[in-house]
Parts: sequence; structure tokens; C-alpha cells
Amino acid sequence: MNSEKNEREPLFSFKNRKLLLNPLNKDNPITIQVLGICSALAVTAKLEPAFVMALSVIVVLTISNVIISLLRNGIPPRIRIIVQLVVIASLVILVDQFLKAFVFDISKQLSVFVGLIITNCIIMGRLEAFAMGNKPWPAFLDGMGNAIGYGWILIVVAFFRELLGSGTIWGYPVLDKLGLYDLGYKNNGFMILPPMALIIVGIIIWIQRARNKDLIEEK
Amino acid sequence: MKALRNFLDKIKPQFEKGEKFGIFGSTFEAFESFLFVSDKVTSKGSHIRDNIDMKRTMSVVVIALVPALLFGMWNVGYQHFLSLGEQADFWATFWFGFLKVFPIIVVCYVVGLGIEFAFAQMRGHEVNEGFLVTGMIIPLILPPETPLWMVAVATAFAVIIGKEVFGGTGMNILNPALTARAFLFFAYPSNMSGDKVWIAEKADAFSGATPLGDALVGNIDKIPSPLEMIIGNIPGSIGETSVIAILIGAFILLYTGVGSWRIMFSVITGGLVMGWIFNLCAVNEYMQIPAWEHLIMGGFAFGAIFMATDPVTASQTNKGKFIYGFFIGLLAVLIRVVNPAYPEGMMLAILFMNVFAPLIDHYVIEANIKKRLKRAKKLINI
Repeated sequence: MNSEKNEREPLFSFKNRKLLLNPLNKDNPITIQVLGICSALAVTAKLEPAFVMALSVIVVLTISNVIISLLRNGIPPRIRIIVQLVVIASLVILVDQFLKAFVFDISKQLSVFVGLIITNCIIMGRLEAFAMGNKPWPAFLDGMGNAIGYGWILIVVAFFRELLGSGTIWGYPVLDKLGLYDLGYKNNGFMILPPMALIIVGIIIWIQRARNKDLIEEK
Repeated sequence: MKALRNFLDKIKPQFEKGEKFGIFGSTFEAFESFLFVSDKVTSKGSHIRDNIDMKRTMSVVVIALVPALLFGMWNVGYQHFLSLGEQADFWATFWFGFLKVFPIIVVCYVVGLGIEFAFAQMRGHEVNEGFLVTGMIIPLILPPETPLWMVAVATAFAVIIGKEVFGGTGMNILNPALTARAFLFFAYPSNMSGDKVWIAEKADAFSGATPLGDALVGNIDKIPSPLEMIIGNIPGSIGETSVIAILIGAFILLYTGVGSWRIMFSVITGGLVMGWIFNLCAVNEYMQIPAWEHLIMGGFAFGAIFMATDPVTASQTNKGKFIYGFFIGLLAVLIRVVNPAYPEGMMLAILFMNVFAPLIDHYVIEANIKKRLKRAKKLINI
């Protein structure tokens, strides 16, 4: 009894905190592992859909990580991918239906990309790499951390793309109120196009590596 | 000259590492080597150096660009007065164009060189002369009505994302000047295409469409005569209209050996071949225009002479240059005739082949290695 108590580590031990915080910066799924790029390109033209997308991924990834972690000892290794997919797909359908019921407009903007969360490599990657071999609580933290790490990049990219591409922040015409258009300013149409998302992600990677020297590969 | 040299020698010690202005070392170096030949010697490897260093190469290209620039200035004024229906003497015409074009050049150089100097300081390497040419080409491929802040944004984008990210001059994959133009083309399409932007302060009733714009919407009969397109008194980007001025530049580049004749030759061949293919299976009037007319329309000549030949972004091998150039010409004509969204294909064709240039080089070299191995094996067998 006593020994078992000693083995129990605190909920937010150093290791667990690292599970949550590492993916936010130096193990970020988008900028370091370069996963989930396609949705980062597709949904970041405006802030609102990007935010909803980030929330959806947080929900799906966290819950599916916990579920797979609970099931991990009962899943036959040969069919594990199918089991993982079934779990993710059910959760994505739930999220999709929820969005359709409560925020129909955004659901329409996101269109197929909600469904495509199923194929988001970050989710499959975390289930395969982490949830299959860890207890539910670490799996919960890991899922949460990776999803937030994914989400904040999405929101930063969407912020700049919306501000420079449409002149608005969350639909509010900031630049118009500032009177920039009267001075001859024009919205940058390139920002709306997907390649610009890649370039902004690239700039984030650049800044991140310049600040964090141990991310730079040795030559 | 001597006084300048003495002055530089006097202040030089202050810019040594660790001295008062040590952090501006590369800025000083840039100015010194711009004014005089640098006294730096290589510390290892080959010590034999030709006089034709990067500064000389770039200066030749800038000189080659001058005819197109001067003609462009005159043409900007000429088109303006033509659209108003006024008569103006030569100098008034030129002066109007000068006032339109000169600010664009200044903005380009200030923004571009400012960023180059900042990066050189930060990274502690010397400032490269590469931007001298880029800063001159960017104004020449823009419409005269481009707002100056757009020029500044595009130049900054081209220098940072197109060049410095990859490590500065000599390391870039894409041609920086075309990166700037492509940025403007996708970011502010209403300022880069259509029939409103090619003539400075034009009268509303006057059609300002370029030959390519006319051709794309089917107004083949409105295309100016070949003679006009060769002389270049037609609407268009500042430096691209006059084939004669561009050919003077081409002559300078070829005579000094700075520009590659292989690339120029194969771009033209590629354009002609694609034009002939369109002639053979013409289904509309645009496809029927003579193949050689594609060479003098739009930016084809300018791109072939000044932009495709950029030594950094082109193929390095001689065989590769032929392939690279041929596809530029082919794609440029293909895009401009077939794709209704892009009236001019030269920009996209060159950028596209820039991306492929390293791949072409790779296979040319592989093929050469294989050939020589085969020969060597034969010798051994005998």
C-alpha cells in the first residue's frame, strides 16, 4: 500500500508538465514535426474558422488519446490502426454534428476540413506514438499539449492572414476604422491564397529557431 | 580619386573588429569595394582571381539595362501625352516619364539595400552587389502606375523571403526581381493587370490595353503592328516594351560574356517552337498569330535577355542551360495563349524553371558520369 503510494507521481510532475508544454514550443507538431500542414493552409484565411478548427482538434485529439490509452491493452496490434480510426472518426462526426447544430455558418466555411480532421497526421501520430503505450492521464496531457501547439500556430497564422488579407480581425474592419484605405492602402490578395500560409509558418519557424539554438541541426 | 582613397585609408582602422565602429565593418567594406577593388585575398584554395568579380559583372548588367530604362522613361511620358491627345516635345515627354520612374527606382534601392545591409551586419558577412541589378530590374518590369508603397512591400518581400532566407546573394532559388513582381501580381492584381495601369495618368476614354491584353480577349486586330512592338511605343511595363533597347542590352551582355547565349538562344527557340505548334493546330485567332510575333510581344524579350540569364537561378551546366531556356520559352507562350487568367506567361515560366534548374543540372551531371564510366569500362575491357 505504502510502496504503491510512493510510486504514484503527482498529477503535474515535471515529466507530465513537459508532456503538456513541450509541444507548444520546441516540439511543436506544425513548426518542428511539420505535421498537419494541409489544414493549416486551408482554414487559416480567417481567424474565426481557424479558432473553431483549433478547438475541434483539441477536443478530438484529447478525447481520442484518452480513449485509445484506456483501450490500449485490449487492442490486437494487427488491427490497431482500424481501431484508432474508428475512435477518431466517431469523435469527428460528433464534432461535425455539434458545429452544424450550433455554429452553422462556420461549419459551412470549414466545409470538408472538419471531416478531414480524421486524416490529420497529428492525431494518428499521437495515438500511435503515445496513447498506445501510456496511461490515460499522460495521454490526456499529451493530446492536449499537441492540440494546443497545433492550435496556436493556426491562430497566429490566421491573425496575420486575416489582418493583411481582408483588413479585419475576427470580422471587425480594423484597417477601415483606422482610415488606411483612404490613404491608398489595399488589401494584400496574396494573403488569402494558401501559399502565404506556408510562408507565414516558415517565418514562425525562422523566429523559433533563431530564438532557440538547440533546434538548429548540426551540420 | 586619390583624396577619396586617402580618406578611406584614414578611417579604415576605426572599422576593424573591436574598434569604435567595428559593428559597421561590413558596411564599410561594401562602400570601399564599391568604390575601389577590394584588397581582400583568399586565405585558402585557389589564389588566382580574374578581374571580373561580382561587382564588375553586376555593373555590366546595369549598363546593359540602361537603354531599356531610358526608353522606358520616354515611353511612359509618350503614352501619357498620347492618351491625353496632347503634343509635347521630347524633353517634356522624357521629364514626365523620369518623374514617374525615378521614385520607383529610388524606393527599390533604398528598401532593398537597407535590408541587405541590415542582414549583412547581423550575420557579419560582407554586403553583396547582387541587389544592384535586382533593384534596377524591379522598376523595369512594373507598370508605371504602381504605388510606391507597393514597390517597397514587394521589394522587401523579394529580398527577405526570396533571397536572405536562403542565405543571401548566390544562394537564392528564385529570381528576386521576379519574386517581387509575382508577389505584386498575386497580392494586388488590380494594380498589375487590366488596361488601367499601363499608362501613367491616362485619360479615361483611351484604351490602355497592352498587346497581350488585347490578344487574350480576342481583339487580334487591335494588336499594334510588329514595327511598333519592336520600337516599343506601346503601353506595357516600363522597360519591357522596346525590343530595340533590349537588343542593345543583349549585345552588351553577349559581347562581354556576362549573359549566356545558350539561354537566350534556347528561350527564343522554345518560344518559336510553341508558337509553331499553336499555328499547326490553331482553333482561335490568338493561336494563328505568327510564332515570331510572340517574341516581340509583352515581356518575352526582356525576360529572355535579362531574367532567364540570371546566373544564380539558371542552370549551371551547358546542356542544362539549353533545356532550361527551351522550356522557359515554351511555357511562356503556352501560358499566355492558353491560360485566360495570366495574360503574360514569361514571369511564371521563368520562376517555374528556376525551381527546376537544380534538377536539370543534377541529371545532366549524372548522364555525363554514366557516359564517362561507360567509356572507362570499354577501355578496361580492351
